[in-house]
Amino acid sequence: MTTMTMTTRAVLLVLLVTVVPALQGCSHAMMMRGTGARRPAASEFGLGPRTSAEGRVVVTLEPAQPLRPRQMQTVRVVVRDADGGTIDDARIAIDGGMPEHGHGLPTRPRMTRALCAGLYEIEGVRFNMGGWWEFRLAITSDRGVDTVTFNLAL
Amino acid sequence: MTTRFSLAIAVFVSTLWAMLIVGDAAPRAGWTAAQLDELRSLSLLALDPLPPDPTNRVADDPAAAELGRRLFFDARLSANGRVSCGTCHQPDRGFQDGLPLAVGVGTTTRRAMPLAGMARSPFLFWDGRKDSLWAQALGPLESAVEHGGTRTDYARVIVAHYRADYEAVFGPLPDLSVVEALWEAVTGVFVNIGKAIAAWERRLGFGASRFDRYVAAVTSGGAGSDLLSDDEVAGLRLFIGRAHCTQCHNGPLLSNGEFHNTGVAARPGLPEDLGRLAGATAVARDEFNCRSRWSDARERCAELDFMVTGDHALRRAFKVPSLRNVAERAPYMHAGQLTSLSAVIAHYDRAPAAPAGHSELHPLRLTPAERRQLEAFLRTLSGPILIDGHDATTVTP
Repeated sequence: MTTMTMTTRAVLLVLLVTVVPALQGCSHAMMMRGTGARRPAASEFGLGPRTSAEGRVVVTLEPAQPLRPRQMQTVRVVVRDADGGTIDDARIAIDGGMPEHGHGLPTRPRMTRALCAGLYEIEGVRFNMGGWWEFRLAITSDRGVDTVTFNLAL
Repeated sequence: MTTRFSLAIAVFVSTLWAMLIVGDAAPRAGWTAAQLDELRSLSLLALDPLPPDPTNRVADDPAAAELGRRLFFDARLSANGRVSCGTCHQPDRGFQDGLPLAVGVGTTTRRAMPLAGMARSPFLFWDGRKDSLWAQALGPLESAVEHGGTRTDYARVIVAHYRADYEAVFGPLPDLSVVEALWEAVTGVFVNIGKAIAAWERRLGFGASRFDRYVAAVTSGGAGSDLLSDDEVAGLRLFIGRAHCTQCHNGPLLSNGEFHNTGVAARPGLPEDLGRLAGATAVARDEFNCRSRWSDARERCAELDFMVTGDHALRRAFKVPSLRNVAERAPYMHAGQLTSLSAVIAHYDRAPAAPAGHSELHPLRLTPAERRQLEAFLRTLSGPILIDGHDATTVTP
């Protein structure tokens, strides 16, 4: 361990009282360099169930395997109505991306199968880095069109 | 003010206090649990076993790999008898050539890419115009400026020099004298040349670098101080932090396998290069892609099925290369535009506008000292290239 002179300690002390307020003053500028997106609270993350924007459907994600970066994955989706009844005639369009980085999904996932009891299969899902991802579903059914956004932490 | 920024200030204040109290500003200690997880995700500790290649039925056949090794170094597979795969992918240079533009029978328009770890990549070449290692190997063989020959020439080389070894792997060679069957038969032999070469190439992997040994040390409770210097650790902090390198260079190969426009200048004198925009279209139509009749798994082509095509963001987007051994393979970028690591870091720091399409970069505003630290860290990513656990850089024909 090095021994500091009194002068060095004095310089550090001056830095402490001058640089910190200056940095606080910079905070707005630093935020402007990002996309401005704010990560939601931890309670907003997860696989659901999540209620859609207009309350028409309640959606749960069931990945075939735990979601991992850089892997091509299949995600099953359970779609129910507000009373818990299954919705079997839905079509699902998929979008998403990283709000903090301003980019979308690296692949074009598609709903490839409607299984039984409100269960649908989405193939071709990939997240190309760890971090906060939005996974957005637009669900068209006899209840109308509605959207639901999942926040996923990879 | 964001919670994160308040936290950053709190860390800064505590660091200054620590300096005042103990007089030691060594940054190597004090990775958070989340940072240790991230470091582990970047190290070879996180590398999954090599995935199978169902499109190549001989991918893991040792006899095919041995045939592939001989074909890789055989210059008879070229128009002038002087160019082999090993001409541009030189073992003692980490399977690249050190040139800005690869030179075969002519000069190409792109930088030769290294080979280790490539079997894990869903798309090959700077623009991803091939979707398997075997299909990739066929491209240069028929390129007018690389090997310069034809598939017919190469099938004849197999008949003349490799009959026994070829037939041991692939079964009887077709009768190439039957004219009406010729094109199909020749193409079948040509495809098998690619599959044998791929069976060898896919065994090329990375051994532990100093960075990997550091991660192994710090994730098991050690200090790692004998493995990375203070500057290298500071560079690593920038790499996973403020320099945003892991947005693209993530995972144990330090690549997300995708394509991005990073505003790299066009190389003067070359034709317009659309990058992935053209590559995605090309691989979808490729004669040898996963869905082609020459693939051994036509039903399982998720990479092609869910690929992004036709998107403006693909314009002049190029493949994110692995950063493993990056210090050993200047010059950099898809046409060797940048001659040194410091020039590469200066490019990312400055974030110039793209000559076409839109660069995804934002200026980093690093200090000169930080740029040096980042470079020092990148130099810790060098390690051996292995084949079946042995040094691959000394392999010979």
